[in-house]
Amino acid sequence: MSASTYSTPQGLLEPAIGPGEEQLLEISMGPQHPSTHGVFRMNVVLDGERVVRLKPVFGYLHRNHEKIAESETYLGSMPYTDRLDYMCSITNNWAYALAVEKLAGIQVPERAEYLRIITGELTRLQNHACLLGFLLQDMGSSGTPLMYAFREREKILDLFEALTGARMMCNYMRFGGCRVDMPAGWLDQAKQVVADFPKFLDEYEQLLVSNEILMERTQGVGILSRELAINAGKSGPMARASGVNYDIRKVDKYGIYDRFAFRVPLGDHGDVYDRYMIRFLEMRESVKILNEAMRDIPDGPIVDPKMRIRGFRPKPGEAYARIESPKGELGFYLISDGSPNPYRYRVRPPSLINLTVLEDLCIGQNVADVVAILGSVDIVLGEVDR
Amino acid sequence: MLGNGILKGLTETARNFFGSYVGKERLTTVQYPEERLPQIEAARSFPFLVYDGADWQQGMRCVGCQICEKECPPKCIFIEKSKDKKPDAVGKQQFYPAVFNIDISVCMSCQICVEVCPFEAIKMDVDYNLSSDDRFGGLLFDKHRLAKSNEYYNTIHPTEAGAVDARLAEDRAKAEAKAKAAADAKAAAPGAPGTPSLGAPASTAPAQSTDGEPK
Repeated sequence: MSASTYSTPQGLLEPAIGPGEEQLLEISMGPQHPSTHGVFRMNVVLDGERVVRLKPVFGYLHRNHEKIAESETYLGSMPYTDRLDYMCSITNNWAYALAVEKLAGIQVPERAEYLRIITGELTRLQNHACLLGFLLQDMGSSGTPLMYAFREREKILDLFEALTGARMMCNYMRFGGCRVDMPAGWLDQAKQVVADFPKFLDEYEQLLVSNEILMERTQGVGILSRELAINAGKSGPMARASGVNYDIRKVDKYGIYDRFAFRVPLGDHGDVYDRYMIRFLEMRESVKILNEAMRDIPDGPIVDPKMRIRGFRPKPGEAYARIESPKGELGFYLISDGSPNPYRYRVRPPSLINLTVLEDLCIGQNVADVVAILGSVDIVLGEVDR
Repeated sequence: MLGNGILKGLTETARNFFGSYVGKERLTTVQYPEERLPQIEAARSFPFLVYDGADWQQGMRCVGCQICEKECPPKCIFIEKSKDKKPDAVGKQQFYPAVFNIDISVCMSCQICVEVCPFEAIKMDVDYNLSSDDRFGGLLFDKHRLAKSNEYYNTIHPTEAGAVDARLAEDRAKAEAKAKAAADAKAAAPGAPGTPSLGAPASTAPAQSTDGEPK
């Protein structure tokens, strides 16, 4: 071992600068750098200001999620899925519940499907609002946009608290439905929040969309080509910003998404600006879905009456279920051997897979752009490391 | 014109700044310790044990069945069941938890214990002022610290607690009617239904409905 190797959660890492490259400079951004999203570290090799190589180092937040889930009951891992992408716990619950429902062949009542759509789309709204705030914060617009985004997010988190009891760790979905029904007055409150949301979007667009500094820093930066997006398995807003028309809500029509009229916004450049704008457009579409769902929600049971909370043992088999989480395709793969806990439990995290092209996006860009590119990928380290 | 977009954005900032002096919608924060937002009813922090009546030891609903201990995902509950039975709040002989500890530094507030409890004995608290300078003892809540009265439960979650009380009263009335019928039928045989067996609690088993809000 040479003295210059250093230890990371992934093992010993060789220095990225080889012999004869003494003009290059290797810097380590993170894991505590204020511009990285959580404990993510990038070893960036620079030639002057230009990025030559980038090596992501992660695993600082690894907490054995999949292995723990294999020793828990099926229900027992539901609260752990909240902690994957802690920004949008409800969509994580949804994906996991969908996988178990597929495994055990459970039907979901109508009202629960609507509740899932409403809470899931609210999650998308708050996740995207947050992302815009964080991205602008990363690019040095310190405070203001983030605070405006958080102001709106708080309203949605209040709704979550009134419905599920927790602001972030909602633990809301159950196999065959949802845990609790909406309390009195919740729907009206939610309608009010959703009705006010486009106002916030207009305001936010007015605030920064035509800002020259923002355009300068984001347009043409971190271009992800359509081909690379498809080949590297990108999903969610990141793929759609590169013009890949792929939205699992349209492709799979899981739940009852086929009943709602909404469009899939697409970008044409695949740069940071497109990834930024696509979130606005998606939020506007989500508002449409929410309005329809809150208008049409029927009465009825919220959980399959045959489901028992204890002693749940699905038949041996396997299932993969995926949903369009705010960050992309979130999938859960389960193998059951007939015991109360899954034999194999695997998460397909959108954050990690969207992150894999980070080096391709960053090469040739300035070091200051790396931060903007990372922000536009929209990662949450809880999901990257698991 | 260059700079137009920046000016447009700054008008928005100015509108928010001046708006915060006149409108509540642009100033959503409160001065926390002096001023607090109203508690949201469904909120939850950590579990507590409900007792009926005045004496926390006698009135404790928990019978030490250890279902929550088994189902708790992070395994933060520790229960030792009693060897003997003691009369509960209505005078029925019941087992009781000799030791009931919850390590709230491990608890993740998922409320699965509440959902699986067939006796409506464990519920979620709303108290969040729990910081302690004792890292181990201060966060390991014992039976006494966990015990809170049914009145307190009714204060923090009125809707949910009302539904639970109604359901318990109904179950009790049903059990009494059944006992009476059995006693009438077989005057010689002991007719009162015993303690619900631990594996399959008789009438309260569908735990899915235990914390559902009434529609």
